Amino acid sequence: MLAYAFMRHAFAASAVVALIAGPVGYFLVLRGQTFAGHALSHVGFTGATGGVLAGISPFFGMVAATLLAGLGMGAFGAQLAERDVAIGMVLAFALALGMLFLHFFTAYATAATALLFGNVLAVDIATVWLLLALGLGSIAALAVISRPLLLASLQPELAEAKGVSLRLYAVLFMAIVAIVTAECAEIVGVLLVFTLMVGPAAAASRLTRHVLSGVALAAALALAEAWGGLSLAFYTDWPSSFSITLLSTLVYLAAAALASR
Amino acid sequence: MKTLEFQNVTLTLGRRTVLASVDLVIDAGEFIGVLGANGAGKTTLMRAALGLLTPSGGRIRVFGEHPRRGNPLIGYVPQHQSLPAGLRLSGFDIIAGVVAGHRLGLPWLSRAGREEVSWALEKVGAADLARRPLGALSGGERQRLLLAQALIGRPRLLLLDEPLISLDPRHQQGMVDLIRDLQKELGFTALFSAHEINPLLGAIDRVLYLGGGKAALGPVDAVITPVVLSRLYGTPIEVVHLNNRIFVLAGNADLEAQPHLHEHHGASAGHP
Repeated sequence: MLAYAFMRHAFAASAVVALIAGPVGYFLVLRGQTFAGHALSHVGFTGATGGVLAGISPFFGMVAATLLAGLGMGAFGAQLAERDVAIGMVLAFALALGMLFLHFFTAYATAATALLFGNVLAVDIATVWLLLALGLGSIAALAVISRPLLLASLQPELAEAKGVSLRLYAVLFMAIVAIVTAECAEIVGVLLVFTLMVGPAAAASRLTRHVLSGVALAAALALAEAWGGLSLAFYTDWPSSFSITLLSTLVYLAAAALASR
Repeated sequence: MKTLEFQNVTLTLGRRTVLASVDLVIDAGEFIGVLGANGAGKTTLMRAALGLLTPSGGRIRVFGEHPRRGNPLIGYVPQHQSLPAGLRLSGFDIIAGVVAGHRLGLPWLSRAGREEVSWALEKVGAADLARRPLGALSGGERQRLLLAQALIGRPRLLLLDEPLISLDPRHQQGMVDLIRDLQKELGFTALFSAHEINPLLGAIDRVLYLGGGKAALGPVDAVITPVVLSRLYGTPIEVVHLNNRIFVLAGNADLEAQPHLHEHHGASAGHP
């Protein structure tokens, strides 16, 4: 199957995204902010369709929108956390707005499906390099802030007393999550971002007792699920996003069963 | 030598004045029990000493200096820490997070850091506990780990905010004895808040009683009296001694037995 260029691109792109989504997702799970990733992807949909309408690439539109929303969520996260109805309304409106933008361009159904459910088989080599560059930037940023972020996530009161600014790290982390969300959406679509970012990380956090082994396992599981899903899609002709999500769900269920023994 | 000094200090949360013009001096090596009703300002006082809350009036000195965040001379066990559900991280990994926790970088421990964490765990007799997931520990075991965490870096002042919450009486006594023994051995100063005086009797040197925006600091027999407490609560208070235990009563109600509610702080998790 690697004889085809589009499959090689798909494997490369999903490897880049999986290896970044796993570690970022691990921290997202630790912080109990998994829903934030889902919320960001909705906003990303609006950004992508708005980008097309404005004549820029949908990926850049998506990155810009998730980044803005991520910074906002980081800065006002604690106040927002208690207002789930308000967040739900904003998300619904974001999706509806995205739909309106789609309405204005012609390739309606195909474009919408690709954004919502991903189209990793259509990724070209230029996009792979772009994903790699953004991904390396995100993972480097995460590595630099990981120690104070860990303390702020697990013991916020203590972190504050030790001089760690909770808001600063919330904002920086959400900016990283925003970029990785847009990357994941490129592979599995905005509706299935959970598949790569949360599924492997949640499984890993249930199976490990140490931060570093948890991060490593999250990355490994994400990679295995992405590549396994692509192979499965190639031989069964199922949509690749479905295959990846199927593996992600099965791995999570297995991990939950193992951990609760 | 003075460890903690409040001069005419007023502390406010939002519009509420928690402490008004309070003076107190705590000397090095003292073990102080901090008491008072819910919302009397026990947590607020500790947060002010940590530099997390600037007094709206007066002057605070910690080891003769302005309070500042991240002061390595202070160890802190915050009240009621909740951890994400289903978390399987080991106790060791969690408490080790405080080692250089404010510095950028990967959460890798140096050899010295690892030895420091092991030393602290050894001191509270929790070396074995720390290998298990924190979520799988009992309340008492968990408090011991968090106490070990506060010892990391060998602070000279320990602020312990309600470490007895959710412990049964036997474990409460064990915790108080452990802290008293550590304090004797290591020589730090300790502020230990509780909403009942009895587990602390015999262990503390002095009591700091907060109420009605005021504070009373002194030996237990001098502070837990009808005269002093009536002034703090602003209502007639009776103090009954029974079998070496003390009961503080207003009318017919045992004031220290009321269900515990956490003080509300606008600046808790997430938004300082």
